[in-house]
Amino acid sequence: MKIHEYQAKELLRSFQVAVPRGGAARTPEEAERIAAELGGRVVIKAQIHAGGRGKGGGIKVAENAQEAGQMARQIIGMNLVTHQTGPEGQKVKLVWVEAASEVARELYLGITLDRAQGKLVVMASQEGGVEIEEVAAHSPEKILRETVEPDVGLQPFQAMRLAFGLGLEDKAVRQAASLILNLYKAYVAIDCSLAEINPLVLTHQGEIMALDAKINLDDNALFRHADLLALRDTDEEEELEIEASKYRLNYIKLNGTIGCMVNGAGLAMATMDIIKLAGAEPANFLDVGGGANAETVENGFRILLSDPSVKAILINIFGGIVRCDRVAEGVIQARKNLEVKVPVVVRLAGTNAELAGQMLEQSGLNFAVGKGLRDAAEKVVTASRQSA
Amino acid sequence: MSVLIDENTKVLVQGLTGREGSFHAQQMKEYGTRIVGGVTPLKGGQEVDGVPVFNTVRDAVAATGASASIIFVPPAFAADSIIEAADAGLELVVCISEGIPVADMVKVRQYLQPRSTRLIGPNCPGVISPGKSKMGIMPGFIHRPGRVGVISRSGTLTYEAVGQLSERGIGQSTCIGIGGDPIIGTQFLDAIKLFKKDQDTDAVVMIGEIGGSAEEEAAAYIRRFYDKPVIGFIAGRTAPPGRRMGHAGAIIAGGKGTADEKMKALKKAGIRVCESPAEIGERVAEALS
Repeated sequence: MKIHEYQAKELLRSFQVAVPRGGAARTPEEAERIAAELGGRVVIKAQIHAGGRGKGGGIKVAENAQEAGQMARQIIGMNLVTHQTGPEGQKVKLVWVEAASEVARELYLGITLDRAQGKLVVMASQEGGVEIEEVAAHSPEKILRETVEPDVGLQPFQAMRLAFGLGLEDKAVRQAASLILNLYKAYVAIDCSLAEINPLVLTHQGEIMALDAKINLDDNALFRHADLLALRDTDEEEELEIEASKYRLNYIKLNGTIGCMVNGAGLAMATMDIIKLAGAEPANFLDVGGGANAETVENGFRILLSDPSVKAILINIFGGIVRCDRVAEGVIQARKNLEVKVPVVVRLAGTNAELAGQMLEQSGLNFAVGKGLRDAAEKVVTASRQSA
Repeated sequence: MSVLIDENTKVLVQGLTGREGSFHAQQMKEYGTRIVGGVTPLKGGQEVDGVPVFNTVRDAVAATGASASIIFVPPAFAADSIIEAADAGLELVVCISEGIPVADMVKVRQYLQPRSTRLIGPNCPGVISPGKSKMGIMPGFIHRPGRVGVISRSGTLTYEAVGQLSERGIGQSTCIGIGGDPIIGTQFLDAIKLFKKDQDTDAVVMIGEIGGSAEEEAAAYIRRFYDKPVIGFIAGRTAPPGRRMGHAGAIIAGGKGTADEKMKALKKAGIRVCESPAEIGERVAEALS
């Protein structure tokens, strides 16, 4: 689960990670009031989950409270387009107003899982404020890494080593080391999957501070953090994806024209891939899961049909525990209950596949049956062209 | 021969009294797996379809001589179950449970490191040595005994590949579903090493997906040390970056772990890479001819 910068900063502050003073505002008036309380120069930052906000015009500096109000007026309600939002952009509902920092140096700090080792890794770099992926690609030696041994956790000497590696001196070394340790404590305490401070700054006053904060939480661990569930912002999610999650379907909207419904994540990805090989683009990823039955199939249909860019539908189910006849029942039922105007290709394999094929044939409804993956993909792509 | 399990493997079911556990225990028994006991705390002394239930894994091992266990407990308790199985000295633990927190698996992995217990999964379909034994949730009837090993991060995509093999009369020695999570007990590399030692496996099918670098690590090993044919497929060419495609481990992060990158690494290692998931069976047949 992703959370907003202001939520991340408030969380981090509670773990004694130094962040600039600030507050969240939903209206320009609120922003002006917060700016007045902070005094002096402030930064107004649009709160959306996507990165690249500055370039898109979502981050502005104001010299005084009145100006802060004006800028907040421009930002709140704007449709912010960044390289991560896609061309449709994301509507800004809220801004974070914080005291401007006098930045001497921009650094990078991040914690995530090193999958190869199965351990957490803390990364730091003097190259802050830029895309860390680019640093990693072009000059990986500029990224310092400390692996956390699960038995003992991140040790103070490791935090110190990173702080020295960042080229810091005097009290800034101690400050940075304690910030790193506190960030690690937060990471573990709230079950993060990513915690990234980019940039971590050294101010002209010699203070170390988290100027930005990006925190992703481990979805699998949310059951033990009921308090953090409140941080979810469904406005940041695709409407159909929220709808699908209500039915416990795993749906991700994509940009193509072939709607697909598959059981299992791997097979769902492979089905998307074969649609592309057949010459079209998948409209979505939809995994109906291991327990697919008539009802889940009908709900899946409903989701696919709500996407206007879908020109044809491919259902690909490999029945294991899931019985294909149950799936066929769902397909027939959905076809009767819902208005399905686009062509549907069905490919069922595995448990009771033959029986399911007969049921579809005898239903008198218009289905094309795919024999194998390739045939099904080719049929659905051809059908989509005819219906478009 | 086969790897990991055969007709003699005595298996415990942790979470036998649950809905999933009891259903799949029945399915496994029907396939021929020697299910010798179940474990559910506070239900020791009961029986489920003739299978005795014990309070702890230790009790179950003492009474039955089991060497393996399969786990069907809710994700919040699964890490504890894995560690309990390892503590009791089991050789093989297959964890089916999906949705275990990453932090729990970091601890599990650390715990297992110095021990001899092999973990398969979590979030996997399990292991099957066709005609001998099944420790998993896969449909047994699509498999055939034979000489091709299968290793896969996914469930139904494995069934798809196995279906394509069996359809052509190509049987399997053992199929290992290693799981779709970021931290799993057995990686492609470990599984390849198992098949390398197995004289009755003539070729291996490796089905990967986007995310991580486990496929690349296995490829580097195959290039140097494995000379039997390997046929590979990577799912997720069309997956957008930054989105988790169902499996917690299937995510392209920071431009790393893309399908194209993995396919390139596989090809470089001399692995026969399938461009399409529909050609896995054909490519294996080619490799064997």
